[in-house]
Amino acid sequence: MAKTLYDKLWDSHVVEQREDGTALIYIDRHLIHEVTSPQAFEGLRLAGRKPWRLDANLSMPDHNVSTDTAERAQGMDGIVDPTSRLQVKTLDDNVRAFNIPGYAMDDPRQGIVHVVGPEQGATLPGMTVVCGDSHTSTHGAFAALAHGIGTSEVEHALATQCLVQKKMKNMLVRVEGELGPGVTAKDLVLAVIGEIGTAGGTGCAIEFAGSSITSLSMEGRMTVCNMAIEAGARSGLIAVDEKTIEYFKGRPMAPGEEHWQQAVTAWRELVSDDGAHFDRVVEIDGSAIKPQVSWGNSPEMVLPVDALVPDPALEQDETRREAIERALEYMGLTAGQAITDIQLDRVFIGSCTNSRIEDIRAAANVVRGNKVAPTVKQAMVVAGSGLVKAQAEQEGLDQVFTAAGFEWREPGCSMCLAMNADKLGEGEHCASTSNRNFEGRQGFGGRTHLVSPEMAAAAAIHGHFVNVQDVIQER
Amino acid sequence: MQKFIQHTGIAVPLDRANVDTDLIIPKQFLKSIKRSGFGVNLFDSLRYLDEGYIGQDCSKRKLNTEFVLNQPRYQGASILLARQNFGCGSSREHAPWALLDYGFRAVIAPSFADIFYNNSFKNGFLPIVLDSAEVDALFEFVHNNEGAQLNIDLQEQTVAAERAGLSYRFDIDDFRKSCLLNGLDEIGLSLQSADAIRRFEEKQRAASPWLYR
Ligand code: SF4
Repeated sequence: MAKTLYDKLWDSHVVEQREDGTALIYIDRHLIHEVTSPQAFEGLRLAGRKPWRLDANLSMPDHNVSTDTAERAQGMDGIVDPTSRLQVKTLDDNVRAFNIPGYAMDDPRQGIVHVVGPEQGATLPGMTVVCGDSHTSTHGAFAALAHGIGTSEVEHALATQCLVQKKMKNMLVRVEGELGPGVTAKDLVLAVIGEIGTAGGTGCAIEFAGSSITSLSMEGRMTVCNMAIEAGARSGLIAVDEKTIEYFKGRPMAPGEEHWQQAVTAWRELVSDDGAHFDRVVEIDGSAIKPQVSWGNSPEMVLPVDALVPDPALEQDETRREAIERALEYMGLTAGQAITDIQLDRVFIGSCTNSRIEDIRAAANVVRGNKVAPTVKQAMVVAGSGLVKAQAEQEGLDQVFTAAGFEWREPGCSMCLAMNADKLGEGEHCASTSNRNFEGRQGFGGRTHLVSPEMAAAAAIHGHFVNVQDVIQER
Repeated sequence: MQKFIQHTGIAVPLDRANVDTDLIIPKQFLKSIKRSGFGVNLFDSLRYLDEGYIGQDCSKRKLNTEFVLNQPRYQGASILLARQNFGCGSSREHAPWALLDYGFRAVIAPSFADIFYNNSFKNGFLPIVLDSAEVDALFEFVHNNEGAQLNIDLQEQTVAAERAGLSYRFDIDDFRKSCLLNGLDEIGLSLQSADAIRRFEEKQRAASPWLYR
């Protein structure tokens, strides 16, 4: 029978199928960070259990680390907030006690788990990948079955190398057509979420396909799968092609020469068969997508940059009307106002959605030779990993940013969720390349607008949103 | 894990769709390395007028009296009534921990985000899906009947508002149901399959040796 990519990944990891429809699923890679693991290690200790298989785990601190260069140089002592420090230290202590492989805060390879996993080849096609973090969906870009889990499941994965799961439904999002100039993977996925809604993929694994998707680089594909969770899907998937295979050549944890051919042969099977059944199919015209900006407090509250902020009076549905009213109030916006009139206080380029080398290059291209607008209090670039940062510096991109007035910071989650010191003040508007615009996400009372790196860079220079397509045309 | 068999309690209506986990328990409280103590910060940004921080004495903070949880009639509530896509956003298990620590045992909504739904069961906290019309009826019932209680029976898979003669059946898969009814530790159950796990690994190692180092 014709199978979807998801069917194949699922079938190849069933350890035991149970009568009630659940199955024990084997986990090939478990990524660990400091926020969702302390209670899991504690649970292991209390039950007198040991990790089942050490080499399947990879740990690193990312959420609480300081991104300030001077603070970072002081190691653990440089983390000013004692609760943050304790959490990072607890991870250090736990991984040492249980012998879990990983990168400590001062390791040059440290970074955001979802950036580092693929970068090291710790994520590979055909794997099952889990992490106590919802953006684990990112790794689906490599045809890995990847999803976020809670802390009980972190403990379960550590203790058994398995999880009890129920098979999800198959959903296909096909995006066809050439993306316009200045339109990125971020705009594509924001447009998809705007279309299907934040619960559009609930209960499903979404496979992204079509020419708009295959034309993306692996970095772009990661951006798309990263935000599958924002469409309600625990997993996003993209089939293997030559770009996928090429990506892993020479990565430290990828198969070496002795297994390379064998691995590639297996990886080539990781595509949905012709005629495979999807429970739901959504078709989107990629050529019609414009640069996107989110205006509200849910990632589905997103519009093309040349649009106007919605008017709740025009909304028929009562729950939705109230949601719009509440969002406008929280965001300090007026119905009918142009998106391009939104003034920015801060700009954040980073997060597991958009902090890879390609994102930084793209933003640098917009910034080069310009200055951050005087009305913008702070604009920062936070690379996703130590290696991304080093690569960017080698290309001189750090100079492009600092010359323009941007801060160039150490790798970590940073202002994506503001668990460290990088935060928005109350009422401040931020052009952010992250993935969530929930109330208070980037700081109490902070107002987040989700955009692509190019759009964030252009907004930093102008002090308000502009259509990056116009900026590109001027050149 | 705490068992869940039957529960009767006051329900509090949270009339808002897409309640995300950042709203349930804001990230500054995720820095705790414990499982308990999150209850005072449940819905922190909605419950209090100031910004909360970890380890603070919440009894001195200014309450947002308009927020439903702060209204006198809902004090002591142990069932949360919510709207669609409850628990969307991050994978933080701190969300069900905070709900439990506050005193909730169950949440009823037309739909839940997957990870939140999953996490709830691991903690003896019951998420119940009813259809929208049924949830609407419960909202109305709770609104109109101060102090009225709902009755949840997991064995029978029902939610009832006796005073109004309402009773609704809900679905739940058998494995989760029996874990909740018996308070079973899922890890212990899975480890009963240790031999099957080892057999899987042997086969996989032969077919895909690059996955092992
Ligand atoms: S960058 Fe943001 S979304 Fe990604 S793992 Fe860190 S906090 Fe989560």
